[in-house]
Amino acid sequence: MRFISKYRRHRFAGPLLLLGALLFAGLTYSAAQAVTEQATLSQSDKATLIAEGKEIFARGCSSCHGLNAEGAGVGPSLIGVGAASVDFQVATGRMPVADMSQQIARKEPVYNDQEVAALAAYVASLAPGPAAVTNEELAWERDGNMAQGGELFRNNCAMCHNLAGQGGALTRGKYAPTVMGVEVKHIYEAMITGPQAMPVFSETILTPQEKLSIIKWIKHAETEPQLGGAALGRTGPVTEGLVSWLLGLGLLIGVAVWLTAKAR
Amino acid sequence: MSKELAPLSDPGLPEHIHRKADVDLKAAKKAERQVGILFLFSVLGTLLFIYAYLGIDEDAFIFVPVLGSTNAHQLFLGLGLAMALFFIGMAAVHWAKTLMPDHEVIDYRKEQRSKDEDREDFVSTVKDRALEAGLGRRPFIKRTMLLSLGLVGLSPVLLLGDLGPLPGNDQKETNWKSGTRLVTDPGDRPIRPSDLEVGGVAQVQPELPAGKVRHLDDIAKDSVLLIRIRPEEFNLDAERLSWTYEGIIAFSKICSHMGCAVALYEQTTKHLLCPCHQSTFDVTRAAKVIFGPSARALPQLAITVDSQGYLVAKQPFSEPVGPSFWGRNK
Repeated sequence: MRFISKYRRHRFAGPLLLLGALLFAGLTYSAAQAVTEQATLSQSDKATLIAEGKEIFARGCSSCHGLNAEGAGVGPSLIGVGAASVDFQVATGRMPVADMSQQIARKEPVYNDQEVAALAAYVASLAPGPAAVTNEELAWERDGNMAQGGELFRNNCAMCHNLAGQGGALTRGKYAPTVMGVEVKHIYEAMITGPQAMPVFSETILTPQEKLSIIKWIKHAETEPQLGGAALGRTGPVTEGLVSWLLGLGLLIGVAVWLTAKAR
Repeated sequence: MSKELAPLSDPGLPEHIHRKADVDLKAAKKAERQVGILFLFSVLGTLLFIYAYLGIDEDAFIFVPVLGSTNAHQLFLGLGLAMALFFIGMAAVHWAKTLMPDHEVIDYRKEQRSKDEDREDFVSTVKDRALEAGLGRRPFIKRTMLLSLGLVGLSPVLLLGDLGPLPGNDQKETNWKSGTRLVTDPGDRPIRPSDLEVGGVAQVQPELPAGKVRHLDDIAKDSVLLIRIRPEEFNLDAERLSWTYEGIIAFSKICSHMGCAVALYEQTTKHLLCPCHQSTFDVTRAAKVIFGPSARALPQLAITVDSQGYLVAKQPFSEPVGPSFWGRNK
């Protein structure tokens, strides 16, 4: 208190006090402003997001999927596919497609997160469909059950994606990609939307909790140490057979030739 | 053949060529060194094995070109032991080939038939011994001996009974009865038609009465795949169409070729693929075989809904599921 009484008649005391008061008032006002702005923005933000998405769509997607996403010769209609489908296809780089062969492969994404969100918002605005999910809202570590996930994976996923989740061949050049290193939300979105040849696993056939269990199992399989030495891609007897035939049998033939050769 | 060919004369044995090490002392010394070095390689292998066992952490990973990230502990254990054994063999063979005696020895084939006098001698010995043993004089021993020997021979025949019992009707019957609910596998939840959207699938089992346990034997026969497509995509006769429900069709998951689980369903082509031998079935045409070694379509399960709106089997499978077996068509 002696500090105040000592300096209150200082020549800078007035201006400083004024500056402090102004700063306080200004900060309070802008904070309050921000809150109200956020509330109003979510409405107009959504509209601009959709408008932004529509613009990106017109530039990047409409040549195949039609100007109003109604579908054209090459691309299917996107009405009703939902934000989940857009998030999966575009954020994993599968769309826009670079190579129109049997399988649309995963590649470096063309659009950034915000553009993907805009596209998803636009497509979702056309007709209701499965909503996109975020990695944060999927509490797989908490709600997933690893043993259950393993059983579900073996019964529902392993036939195409391989028992160790490494992916496998389908007919005529199509294949089921590996599920290793795939983002949690994309695994979930693939299950609810059924991209390409994959069937749909609805929320009642595999409940959301069961889906989280599958994700937990996949994430555990990713970190599984390869205690048996070289894993050879973990695809099972195919690579193991190839290695034993080429290397093992090659070595044996070489030894047999050397064994029977006469010494000079 | 215009020219008369002279018969080939016996060329005799080729001349024995001595090895370098047999005639050249320096070459022999060199071969000796090589054998020794090969044995030393084996010693190195064993040392590597011991080091890998004691000194390399079980969780240590190293990058190996081609193989990728590899567990070093396992890699060097295997490499060490392989080297230790392989080089012992290699040294031994090299030793034998270069330094061990090199005489060529000929062993001519002997006549198979024994001499006449040996044969007569054998017959008379057997007759003499039989007489001395008195088998003719002691019929009780002779008969009991024959009985015991005969019965011993019978026991293995008895054990053949363990190859049975015959499966009876087990191969033709499943747990699908009229009105059996379809439940998710795993989870055992009954399914409503609305649970499956177009393009969706479900792996199902028959609902079991309370308290009954589902055995692997049951799963091996009962497994069913439920698929929903647009009803207008079906290309079925009237009977088979009546076995579907609003675009939902059910097939046995057990391949009619070798019994693998057929569940690779391609939503785009509506094809079902068996992972074992690539038999491909067309879902829209009642799982008709369109590629691969399978000879029959997958059995279709007739489905409908019960009073509570859950999917149920309309009737048991109309044919045995799975691969062929003797008497399948009886």
